[in-house]
Amino acid sequence: MMGWFLSVLHCEFLRSGPVDTALLVGGSAAVVCAVIGVFTVLRGHAFAGHALGDVSSAGGSASFLAGISPLAGFLGIAALAALALEFLGVRKVREQDVATGIVLGAGLGLSALFLYFDITTTSTTGAAVTVMFGSMFALSSSIKWPAIIVACLALVAMGLLYRPLILSVVDPELASTRGISNHWIGVVHLLMLAMAVALAALSVGSVLASALLIGPAAASIRLSRRPTVAILGAVIIGLLAVWGGVWMAYESYYWFSGNSWPVSFFVVAIIFIIYLLTIPLKYLTGRKTPVPVAVQHATGAS
Amino acid sequence: MFQSFMLHTWIASTIIALVAGTLGFFVVLRRSAFAAHALPIGSFPGAAAAVLLGIQPLWGLLAFVAVGVVLLQQLQRLGRRDVAAGLVLVTLMALGSLLLSMTHSYGPGVFALLFGEVLGVSAADLLPVAIISAVVIFGVISLYRPLLLQSAFPELAVPRGLRPGVMDLLFLVLLGLVVAMALPVVGTLLVFSLLVAPAATAQSLSANPIRALSLSILLSLGMMWLSIVLSFWTNWPIGFFIGAIGATLFSSARIFRYLRDRFNSRSAMVTP
Repeated sequence: MMGWFLSVLHCEFLRSGPVDTALLVGGSAAVVCAVIGVFTVLRGHAFAGHALGDVSSAGGSASFLAGISPLAGFLGIAALAALALEFLGVRKVREQDVATGIVLGAGLGLSALFLYFDITTTSTTGAAVTVMFGSMFALSSSIKWPAIIVACLALVAMGLLYRPLILSVVDPELASTRGISNHWIGVVHLLMLAMAVALAALSVGSVLASALLIGPAAASIRLSRRPTVAILGAVIIGLLAVWGGVWMAYESYYWFSGNSWPVSFFVVAIIFIIYLLTIPLKYLTGRKTPVPVAVQHATGAS
Repeated sequence: MFQSFMLHTWIASTIIALVAGTLGFFVVLRRSAFAAHALPIGSFPGAAAAVLLGIQPLWGLLAFVAVGVVLLQQLQRLGRRDVAAGLVLVTLMALGSLLLSMTHSYGPGVFALLFGEVLGVSAADLLPVAIISAVVIFGVISLYRPLLLQSAFPELAVPRGLRPGVMDLLFLVLLGLVVAMALPVVGTLLVFSLLVAPAATAQSLSANPIRALSLSILLSLGMMWLSIVLSFWTNWPIGFFIGAIGATLFSSARIFRYLRDRFNSRSAMVTP
């Protein structure tokens, strides 16, 4: 079994340039999304994360027109949208739903316009598909390093802010008595979210970006409420989905006699199946008392 | 703009705007904007499958809207509402992209389905639109009082024998019907804007349900008509105008309310 697996891998899979790029960019997206996704799910910002992904499509489609790197487009618009969400008041629960919705509508409207210009003025007829659903095998290899740099930046920022973030998730009042500004933590968290979403949009497409952000994190949180374990689990699930998806899409060329299926479909399908599998698993493993562990964890050493 | 081929577009979009404005009022009241976003995206593979099979898109849409409603309802019970809805959404969207990739009109097909095709309404499309909207309007009228009570004060509705699960399901079914009807015209991604923006604007201007509901319908109609006119003139996609006008309406209402509150509080301070 193992020998067969290695022979499949060694064949042409790892020698192919596009596969190499897809594995690197998708892998860094999976890691960053998993780490930040755990906080996004715990803070109840899944809708905001999803909206950022959708809105970032405006950046992706504008990048074709402006001739800049799609990563820069996704990142720029995602960051702008994150600030707009903060400005419109995602912090007030009552307003969150509608405010996010309005930003979402405006962003998607813009990307409709940009994609229309892409299709009519340049010859990129596939722009809508690339931006919305991603095409990992079509990524240019020059995007590898910028993607890795953005991923490292997001991870370093997360490392520096890990404690205050956990504390402000678990107990905002305690956090503010310790001199942590929940407002600024919220802003910084949304900006990190924008970085994660931009990477995810680049690899699986902006409409599907939230699968990578929310899916692995939500599945992993079901299994363990300890933040470190949950983050580790989410990283593993995310990498499994992305790399597994890339491999399956590559192989699907042979399965369906030349009609390969999109990578993003496989990635999202694997994530969804893993999420469904964790529903019964939760009852088998028994859930640990969530909040006290996290509080000890966050406050113990500080 | 009023040529015969545009006539169907005008009729269909007027009906859609009427119904969307009505139901959108409850979407905003129940804060189920996410569901309003999830259902159109969930029915996206339905449209794609219909293209693949060569049948009327509406049938594919209705089938997948039903799947989306059931899945949403089930997953909401199992876990965090936002997470569950989000995952169902993207999985169905991914399925749609797979189905579309099997047809030969991948690029243009995706664009039309995502952002709407306002000129594609034919005379044959009008009858289902009329029937579905009659069903929805009838549903809203007969459920008006319980739905209003349960949306605004969920805890008051329970002692009156309104089961929240049943109301949720009925509401999702109505929402699903509107979505399936409006999706081919307005597009997957911006049906949501049509449902949320007029209603949110109306509710931030008036707390009176009847007044807010009427205002929501009026704004929805205005938004739809203006979008068609602009889309016809510029040839730009209608989705852009729906999104942009929606955001403008909502922000102006917010600014207006802010100024009014400041003015009122200042005059309240001066009078005594």
